[in-house]
Amino acid sequence: MATANPTMFQASDLNQHNQRVQQRYRLLFGLMTLLLITPVLLILGTLVVKGGAAISWEFLLTAPTNGMRTGGVFPALLGTIWLVTVALLLSVPIGIFAAIYLSEYAGDNWFTRTINLAIINLAGVPSIVHALFGLGAFVLFFKFGTSILAASLTLAVMTMPVVIVATRESLQAVPQAFREACWNMGATRWQTIRRVVLPNSITGILTGVILEVSRTAGETAPIMFTGAVFFTPFLPQSVFDQTMALSLHLFVAATQVPEIAEQVPFGIALVLIALVLTMNSLSIAFRMWLRGKKKW
Amino acid sequence: MVSSSAAAVASDSVAPTDNFPHKLEIRNLTIRYGDTVALRGVNLAVREHEIFGIIGPANAGKTSLLKAINRMDVFTSGMKVDGEIRFNGRDTSRLKNVYALRSRIGVVFPLPVGLPMTVYDNVALSPRLRGINTKADLDVIVQRCLTRAALWDEVKDRLHALGSLLSGGQQQRLTIARALSQEPDLLMLDEFSIAVDPVTTMRIEDVLKELRQEVTILLVTNLVQQARRLADRTAFFLNGECVEVGVTEDLFTGEVKDQRTRDYVEGRFG
Repeated sequence: MATANPTMFQASDLNQHNQRVQQRYRLLFGLMTLLLITPVLLILGTLVVKGGAAISWEFLLTAPTNGMRTGGVFPALLGTIWLVTVALLLSVPIGIFAAIYLSEYAGDNWFTRTINLAIINLAGVPSIVHALFGLGAFVLFFKFGTSILAASLTLAVMTMPVVIVATRESLQAVPQAFREACWNMGATRWQTIRRVVLPNSITGILTGVILEVSRTAGETAPIMFTGAVFFTPFLPQSVFDQTMALSLHLFVAATQVPEIAEQVPFGIALVLIALVLTMNSLSIAFRMWLRGKKKW
Repeated sequence: MVSSSAAAVASDSVAPTDNFPHKLEIRNLTIRYGDTVALRGVNLAVREHEIFGIIGPANAGKTSLLKAINRMDVFTSGMKVDGEIRFNGRDTSRLKNVYALRSRIGVVFPLPVGLPMTVYDNVALSPRLRGINTKADLDVIVQRCLTRAALWDEVKDRLHALGSLLSGGQQQRLTIARALSQEPDLLMLDEFSIAVDPVTTMRIEDVLKELRQEVTILLVTNLVQQARRLADRTAFFLNGECVEVGVTEDLFTGEVKDQRTRDYVEGRFG
């Protein structure tokens, strides 16, 4: 048996150098990831420590009393659920259908490119500008008044661009070869969309959309002129009523109410964040359920 | 929806007629992509129930020809088709309902495209698009097409497994079964054996020989010997031109009109 030449397997200086550089970059990327989750942990930790004491069934299920200093957040919690649900019902169908048109039907021409550019720009419009638009358009022009409908429409307009972008990305993740195989056998565009494209993108579309829209639960500016009020003794009965909302309630409790116990605003923030996380978890669970059902 | 598309098929019928001996006639066909000419002035005719081979090196315009026949040019931006393509005697550029045309032409691509659905659904897709939804009918079609594509024995116990879990050669036979499920008049194969092992290639070739009884086959291949084994007549394409059309064996041993054809089939091509 021939003995191996030991130098044959020795790493050269360049090999050693490359390995050291690789380790350094790995460390850098890892540290950045740690840095990224630090604020998340700090925020959640602070909220739980400082606001946890405020949380109780009574806090969740009763109205605020004594100028918001005591009592609970129930009307605001209910109002936020109303606002987000109505906004979802308005923006999701329009956004998904528009994205299907843009991704599956529209040709690549200046008109489509202009629309795409407009969508990207619309996503960059500050929420306070949307608020003023909503006030002018829905509250005053369409005469919806300050109501859940006007506020949800404003939220819907604000989230439409992200719904469209999330949907389009899911649609475009379906390989073009699948579409061409279908078209080649005589399927129309709609048959192709229904039989192949949508079944393969619907989980991504729904989770992307729900993740984006649940963020609107925390928006304050777009709703404060259009439908949300500081305080109302009534729970909303229809979309034409005004409502309290968690985000605005938090803003008021934290800045406008003197001599409030410190745990109250932190408790409100904790409820708000828990609501958003619950919606996100539900959408993730929904996706896992769909995947499991299809065995992909 | 079924009735409206059926009416459209009737008004745009591409059903065979006895007046036209040729399944496919191509006259003076030129294909451009922007400023690039992919195919220049091609004339050829494919007879009913023959295997018509098309050979030639890369960039000869073979795939562009198939795309134009199936009217897939509308999906390719910048692709412009001039000239005339007659399928069953009808000028395909004047059809109002191109779906009627495409559903009568089965296409098999170089790389198998197993749609992300079960084996069964892959083959049942085309019948379902035509409005066949009864399970008993679909079962018959699926079994017949998979059998004809020499795949049935291998997949009959996992019809409801995902089509993309099959091996490469099996997936290619699945796409052939899918093309057959269209009950096509014309089957176009574009270098189908590129990703298939030699044994499977031979099995598919045997299938094609049997299919000749029922459908006309347009076989684009980069293997000249495959054309020799299968094709009744063969066209040689080079740099966007149709150099020669002839009885296949003549290209190899008989008289050739153009010396480049003989050079190519004998592998003496630079």
